[in-house]
Amino acid sequence: MSPPDLGVILFTAAFGLAGIGILGIVISAHLVRIVLSIVLLETGANLLLMLSGFRFDAVAPVIVDGVVPASMVDPVPQALVLTAIVIGVAVQAFMMTLVLRLRRVYGTLDIRELRDLLERDLAREAGVGLPGSENAPVPATGSPAVARGEGSS
Amino acid sequence: MRNALSLLFIAGLAFLLFVITAGLDFGAAPMLVGQGINQASPGQVGAANIVTSVVLGYRALDTLGELAILFAAATAGGLMLGRPRADARHDPEAGFILLAAADLLFPLLLVVGLFIIVHGHLTPGGGFQGGVILAAAFFLPLLARPGTHFNHPGFAVVEGLAGAAFIVIGLLGLARGGEFLMPLLGQGAMGSLLSAGTLPLLYIAVGLKVGTELAGLMAHIAEYEAVDP
Amino acid sequence: MEHLINWIALLATVVMLAGAVAVLLLENYLAAVAATTVVSLGAAVIFVVLRAPDVALTEAAVGAGLSGVIMALALRRLGLWHIGTASDAGDDAPDNDTGRTG
Repeated sequence: MSPPDLGVILFTAAFGLAGIGILGIVISAHLVRIVLSIVLLETGANLLLMLSGFRFDAVAPVIVDGVVPASMVDPVPQALVLTAIVIGVAVQAFMMTLVLRLRRVYGTLDIRELRDLLERDLAREAGVGLPGSENAPVPATGSPAVARGEGSS
Repeated sequence: MRNALSLLFIAGLAFLLFVITAGLDFGAAPMLVGQGINQASPGQVGAANIVTSVVLGYRALDTLGELAILFAAATAGGLMLGRPRADARHDPEAGFILLAAADLLFPLLLVVGLFIIVHGHLTPGGGFQGGVILAAAFFLPLLARPGTHFNHPGFAVVEGLAGAAFIVIGLLGLARGGEFLMPLLGQGAMGSLLSAGTLPLLYIAVGLKVGTELAGLMAHIAEYEAVDP
Repeated sequence: MEHLINWIALLATVVMLAGAVAVLLLENYLAAVAATTVVSLGAAVIFVVLRAPDVALTEAAVGAGLSGVIMALALRRLGLWHIGTASDAGDDAPDNDTGRTG
């Protein structure tokens, strides 16, 4: 039995990985799982970038024993993906330091609880009340008057 | 409900991307720039590893940008985590296996890392790969004996000097030839260690910078005080 | 065996996608980090199939080496370092002599 076409396999791998990464970011409720999904998305994107430079029956762009091969794959996407992988690990490390600080300050890593706690802290810092309470911030153009049904005469 | 909508969105996105890339021909890349680089690189740069000549020759400015990003991420991470208290508790010493393995592996990792860095223009490898291995080598004693004093200022000095060396070599290229980060020092015989001009020097600077930077960042995370459960 | 490359790519793809799904489905965070490492190693194999040894070396060193260590370290500092299920978490203060709980 012959295997599927190489292009189909590799494109499925790249898109599937990126799709699972995006799915993880949207669905997950815990910050650590969101960070891991971002790692998956980065790996999928690098894989997708590498697919653009491939040629059948070509060899790696390295010259061995002074013999220059006739057909080599594209070295430019390889250089870009090299850079992107190392940048990715630096960003992952920074994301984990942010997660560590959030855990220290707020005590939880669930994004639903974090959202409420952050909103409460931001409202307190700005000196206004939470949305829906009496001290809620009012937009500057006076739209509560419009909302109460009064015309602008 | 939200999960089902997310799945539908992802499926639609994947289908859209599939349809778009079905039109591209995989395996017959046009390689408009790559073909020119493949043909011109052995004569112009003289490095046996063409990807190295792209990373440090044709697209060296991108590598400088990447070093800047790494520096920003590592510095920001160190700032976020802060310094540990003097009396902070830390993990106990690791078991016998990790202690013995760390003592054995540290010189081996140093040699392998330096080998990959220095031979980056001859075989697949280079500053980033070797720098990552160096970072692991520098961090391993801290894993085996937590609480040993990690010399943050020393590593910061090496990192700064390596980054400055990269820029200084680039500026020398500007002074001598008129282009920033132009390869100097002649090409030499392809395949020998002293070939491809200043490319090995640039990769040594990159490798040292990446290694010390990532080791410092990991040491910051390791020294951060554990959260009380 | 004339399509050996295709079979290798298929195997690496299956392992990679299974690892990616496992990252989303596993409850234990340490296991999720291990699954991320599996995905990186599968990607490294695919990079070799794509004739890119430089990129494969970088992905293997960074994804399996450094990224996994950073995530595992941060998990330990977050108090999420459980080997086993979350139900037998108990006391995970870092002064056990092996660092394990449960």
